[in-house]
Amino acid sequence: MILAKVVGTVVATRKDERLVSNKLLVARPMDPSGKLDGNYLVAVDTVDAGFGETVLIVSGSSARMAAGMKDCPVDAAIVGIVDHVDVEGVSPARREAGAGAPVR
Amino acid sequence: MQVARVVGDVVATIKDAALHGHKLLILQPVSLDREPVGRQLVALDAVGAGVGEHVFFVRGREATFPFYPLEPPADACVVGIVDHWDTE
Repeated sequence: MILAKVVGTVVATRKDERLVSNKLLVARPMDPSGKLDGNYLVAVDTVDAGFGETVLIVSGSSARMAAGMKDCPVDAAIVGIVDHVDVEGVSPARREAGAGAPVR
Repeated sequence: MQVARVVGDVVATIKDAALHGHKLLILQPVSLDREPVGRQLVALDAVGAGVGEHVFFVRGREATFPFYPLEPPADACVVGIVDHWDTE
């Protein structure tokens, strides 16, 4: 799994019928110290994440193991909203209270 | 499988129901010289590993197999703690 920051949403009217009513978010991979790196990716949201939040993304065929994603054509799913990460030798990148509140 | 060092952990309250009760570890893959190689990743823990330990982990669908018949949404899972390794 990777850590990522939600940076946007995707709206698609025409899509595979098994993707209908799923929320699609744009996320950018993030290292545990909080630095964004790598390419943007589109992930299905299964935990009601919102703009600016740090999330946990599962990729590949395991993305179909996320709740409600059985037999869906997805290869990236958001399966957790990160409260904080603790890395040895680095001060924890804690989510500030109120920051990154879900956009509903 | 790849060798990595556990460098941290992740706390997430809101997560997929199938992930409840599982520990999430931050891994730094290492070379056989114990030098860091590649990006850090988050993996499920199937063996009770902790920060500072060298472990090996699987990627892909197989990451869910230690929890069979449950299928938590995971693409990486720690499946062993390395006591020591020897190379030429």
